[in-house]
Amino acid sequence: MKYVNQPVQKTDAMALVTGKPVYTDDLAPKDSLIVKVLRSPHANAWVDTIKTENAMKVPGIVCVLTYEDVPQKRFTLAGQTAPEMSPDDRLILDRHVRFVGDAVAIVAGETEVAVDLALKRIRVKYQVETPVFDIHTAKDNPILVHPEEDWKLKIPLGGDNKRNLCASAVEEHGDVEKVLSECKYTVEHTYHTRANQQTMMETFRTACYLDHTGRLIVLSSTQIPFHVRRIVGRALDIPASKVRVIKPRIGGGFGAKQTSISEIYPAIVTWKTGRPSKMIYSRYESMICSTPRHEMEITVRAGADENGIIRALDVYTLSNTGAYGEHSSTTVGLSGHKSIGLYRHTEAHRFAFDVVYTNVQSAGAYRGYGATQGIFAVESAVNELAHKMGMDPVKIKELNMPIEGGPLPGYPDVPYAQSCAMDRCMAKAKEMMNWDSKYPFRDMGNGKVRGVGVAMAMQGSSIAGVDVGGADIKLNEDGSYTLALGCTDMGTGCDTVLAQMAADCLETPMENIVVFSVDTDISPYDSGSYASATTYTTGMAVVKACNELRRKICEFGADMLETDPKSVDFDGNYVFCSEDEGKKVSLEEIGIKSTFFNNRELQVVKQHSSPLSPPPFMVGMAEVEVDKETGSVDVLDYVAVVDCGTPINPNLARVQTEGGIAQGIGMALFEDVQYTDKGKIRNNSFMQYKIPTRQDIGNIRVDFESSYEESGPFGAKSIGELVIDTPCPAIAEAIYNATGVRVRELPITPEKIAMGILKKNLEK
Amino acid sequence: MNIKFWLNGIQRQEEIDPGMLLIDFLREKGCYSVKRGCETANCGLCTVLMDEKPILSCSMLAARIDGKKIVTLEGLQKEAEEFGDFLANEGAEQCGFCNPGFIMNVIAMLRELEEPDEEQIKEYLAGNLCRCSGFVSQTASILKYLNYKKTQEES
Amino acid sequence: MLKIKSYVKVNSIAEAYELNQKKTACVLGGMVWLKMGNRNISTAIDLSGLGLEGIQETDDEFVIGCMTSLRALETDKRLNEYTQGAIRESVRHIVGVQFRNCATVGGSIWGRYGFSDVLTMFLGMDTWVELYNAGKIPLTEFVNRKKDNDILVNIIVRKQPLRVCYMSQRNTKTDFPVLTLCASLIGNEARTVIGARSARAVIAEDPEHILENFAEKSEEEQKEAIRKFAGYAAEHVSTSGNMRGSKEYRTLLVEVLTRRAWETVGGMKDEY
Repeated sequence: MKYVNQPVQKTDAMALVTGKPVYTDDLAPKDSLIVKVLRSPHANAWVDTIKTENAMKVPGIVCVLTYEDVPQKRFTLAGQTAPEMSPDDRLILDRHVRFVGDAVAIVAGETEVAVDLALKRIRVKYQVETPVFDIHTAKDNPILVHPEEDWKLKIPLGGDNKRNLCASAVEEHGDVEKVLSECKYTVEHTYHTRANQQTMMETFRTACYLDHTGRLIVLSSTQIPFHVRRIVGRALDIPASKVRVIKPRIGGGFGAKQTSISEIYPAIVTWKTGRPSKMIYSRYESMICSTPRHEMEITVRAGADENGIIRALDVYTLSNTGAYGEHSSTTVGLSGHKSIGLYRHTEAHRFAFDVVYTNVQSAGAYRGYGATQGIFAVESAVNELAHKMGMDPVKIKELNMPIEGGPLPGYPDVPYAQSCAMDRCMAKAKEMMNWDSKYPFRDMGNGKVRGVGVAMAMQGSSIAGVDVGGADIKLNEDGSYTLALGCTDMGTGCDTVLAQMAADCLETPMENIVVFSVDTDISPYDSGSYASATTYTTGMAVVKACNELRRKICEFGADMLETDPKSVDFDGNYVFCSEDEGKKVSLEEIGIKSTFFNNRELQVVKQHSSPLSPPPFMVGMAEVEVDKETGSVDVLDYVAVVDCGTPINPNLARVQTEGGIAQGIGMALFEDVQYTDKGKIRNNSFMQYKIPTRQDIGNIRVDFESSYEESGPFGAKSIGELVIDTPCPAIAEAIYNATGVRVRELPITPEKIAMGILKKNLEK
Repeated sequence: MNIKFWLNGIQRQEEIDPGMLLIDFLREKGCYSVKRGCETANCGLCTVLMDEKPILSCSMLAARIDGKKIVTLEGLQKEAEEFGDFLANEGAEQCGFCNPGFIMNVIAMLRELEEPDEEQIKEYLAGNLCRCSGFVSQTASILKYLNYKKTQEES
Repeated sequence: MLKIKSYVKVNSIAEAYELNQKKTACVLGGMVWLKMGNRNISTAIDLSGLGLEGIQETDDEFVIGCMTSLRALETDKRLNEYTQGAIRESVRHIVGVQFRNCATVGGSIWGRYGFSDVLTMFLGMDTWVELYNAGKIPLTEFVNRKKDNDILVNIIVRKQPLRVCYMSQRNTKTDFPVLTLCASLIGNEARTVIGARSARAVIAEDPEHILENFAEKSEEEQKEAIRKFAGYAAEHVSTSGNMRGSKEYRTLLVEVLTRRAWETVGGMKDEY
């Protein structure tokens, strides 16, 4: 039986569907102190005085911490590999509070009631200052979000806290102005994407306790256990060796848990009190003080010749990092690198960006990580260019798309597109959508009109030359294997996908492999599950480890058979002599033999890091129906054809795609973090911040056109992030084709469409 | 105050705080399948059955279950496994955090509606959010399960 | 966090009324809203157990107990037959089935919320509320009463001949509405109720009698009257903006939905 490319059930499925207690709050010590945080009501203020005596007097309160009680070394909460790109701009508690919701004090007590009461009894006098909200005036504004002297950027990328700049750069290839001036057709437009919440169903949560040696155990819902160990160590100013991070099952992440949102608060409480503690973020807190997607304003200039060959692209991104800089210098990069690369004929391209600090909630990692924003802008601009030329947008993409062996301009992480089936993706999507008969629109005659739209996308597979995957495989006494992993299954099924690979490498049933993840004391180092890295990077570590273990098993068996290792083979069950198959020793016998009088470990730990980040590719096509009077939009049908290399588990790859597209539909049509003029978030709950329900999603149809990526395990690339990138541009285009209204600022609400139609009618 | 009720078929009597919400009470009693995804009655993760009807345990005072029959997924393990197998065969369970509330409501739906079509399914389950799956595979699993139950009944 | 000091499942409305005279007391509805607040409630008064969760139909009226769930309204055959399915349409977009199993019609009507689908719908019928102390008063009057310590016992819908259509505009399928609209012919009276403006539902007055004798008009006359009244409503029904839509958009919707709902009442269109 082969497992790779088979839709096997997830190994944890039955525990999940029967509601077993496998998540952080289910497993937290029952005597945990409840930890909560007092949050700033001001967008920019200094704590003048803070009185905690009355709070401490509340029965059951164990500790109240203020800025005076925390280490004074700045750090970042971003889960990134060294050298961390995000600036050190945080303290656990800071006198300077920089957004509505910023942490002012930490309270821990025996019960929630006591903690709530104590929070009310803390008296804070703030020195309130004017905040900076406008991204256009943030740069070089006299009001500084981070005026402090100890703000630190480890990797200089144009950041300067005295200018409210987190990062700033220009990359240019060729003479953009010259080529643009030669182009017969050009467009220039600015696209605005808004902050969106990841809204995984399980909010941020962490429980902490001390072990018998006084080490801090951090049980946390995180995508980045090894980074959390470092971050908590730095935040508490203790050696990371004093911290052990355990990841149970996670209720979703989507990048939100690539930042250490909740860990530091119970960590400092347990470290100071010695008591177990837990912090369970409310949905409200998850909405007001986490790290949603960066709001970006992206200006694109694109130029094509008379034949529709795109010769130049110029992209400028203004990104809003909010009050802190987590993931900001890196997300912005993807807005150019993953969008310009989609057009292979460009002779000149430029990508420039500024990332500004403002006094709103900090932004962070959300599936797509800047590519989603950049691809919305560039794909929309190219679609607009096609219309200007009177060309079908599918046609302009067919003329210019990445091809196998061809260049990916502006994308630095592979020399050329080594594996690429974008052409097949487009052909299949066209066929599935029946594009030629539906483009551009069909008036349904009942006040409704249907339009279709198209977009391409690419992402990476891991961060080239940075991400590390780890796998530790060993043979047990009974002939079973244990595969220890450091990557973090957050529901995506990577524990299963990696076990599928191991099972095929070792020619053993999946049931014979126990998957263990994650405990930083035990698991092999892994940078964590983000950047579309796990299948590609950790997958290769698994393949390497399993192949090495096979070799060791053969050697071990050969020894038992008293023959030369070169003359034996292994079929998963037996090591046997190639010449005489009757001469064999079973895996179980090998397992037992390895447990006594044995000097050779049947265990292999391998790491893998790729100098490349081969992009997966996809085409998305949307069919929408618009009510011409109310502007209501229904996404009737969404076709996605994906080249993720070999889909290791076609079911899980398909559901990744469907889930990513559903999130993208939310982003395209209604998700929008909105603020009052005082900087307070207006949609701070699921009542006000609407994510798609099953009634808001039409049909989503997914297919695969696989290339084979030589540098990936079994030919695989990534899929997790790519799949959120096409809905915004494809739906915007479909709405344009249906109505003639081009909405360049997300979300594309019924109001924007209806008012747009009205305006167009008036102009007529 | 004192309440008497049935939890997963077993009659119980407990002393409770009058302000306690059912979700907190149930988790305290070891029903960890009951999850909280929001505080605003919008996510459906905390769905349990009260006298056969699916309700939001986050919006129900524990005091109000006096004399009533409460069923959580702990009390429906066989059904959960049976339907859950279909869900998992689509890869639709994903992170699993919304699964208990979702499956509770699927069970309630199948008891209430006869042969629901896709639109009815979507409407009945609209109050069950899921951020992982995009819902398509969930619907597919329900339709396949319905079909399986039908052929089972016919044979 | 909501705090409740004592919980009383009352044995009579009289008992509930008495307990409710204290300012810190509170009558529980479905609790879907109440539990979100930070209130300190001295006595939570529970009316369940008084037989107020149900819909009684007599020859002249529907008597709907205040504890009847929105889901019970949605699935009640008689009410939906009487309203041509409008009742179901008015509640089926509210969050989800579990939510509607909890939320009560009494809670919805008593709250007189701006966003209320339920209030818009019931204002479109000959609806009365039965209050323990104040007795039976028309819903149109109750809507503008200040909140007091009375107890809402029943909602009574008088079975006048009714043609009715309910519509709402929402940014997502189960979100709060951007606008709600109920158009109805109650006997001979043409009534247009517009809610979620974003303020509370109001009856769009027809001082120019544009829709008068609607049923007697020819189809052409009806179309003309509808067109004229939709424009009139858009001009005169006050709207305002909030997170879900601007004033201008709501006004546009007033015109569109008024026209569409009346076309449905007039039998010119089946659905939109």
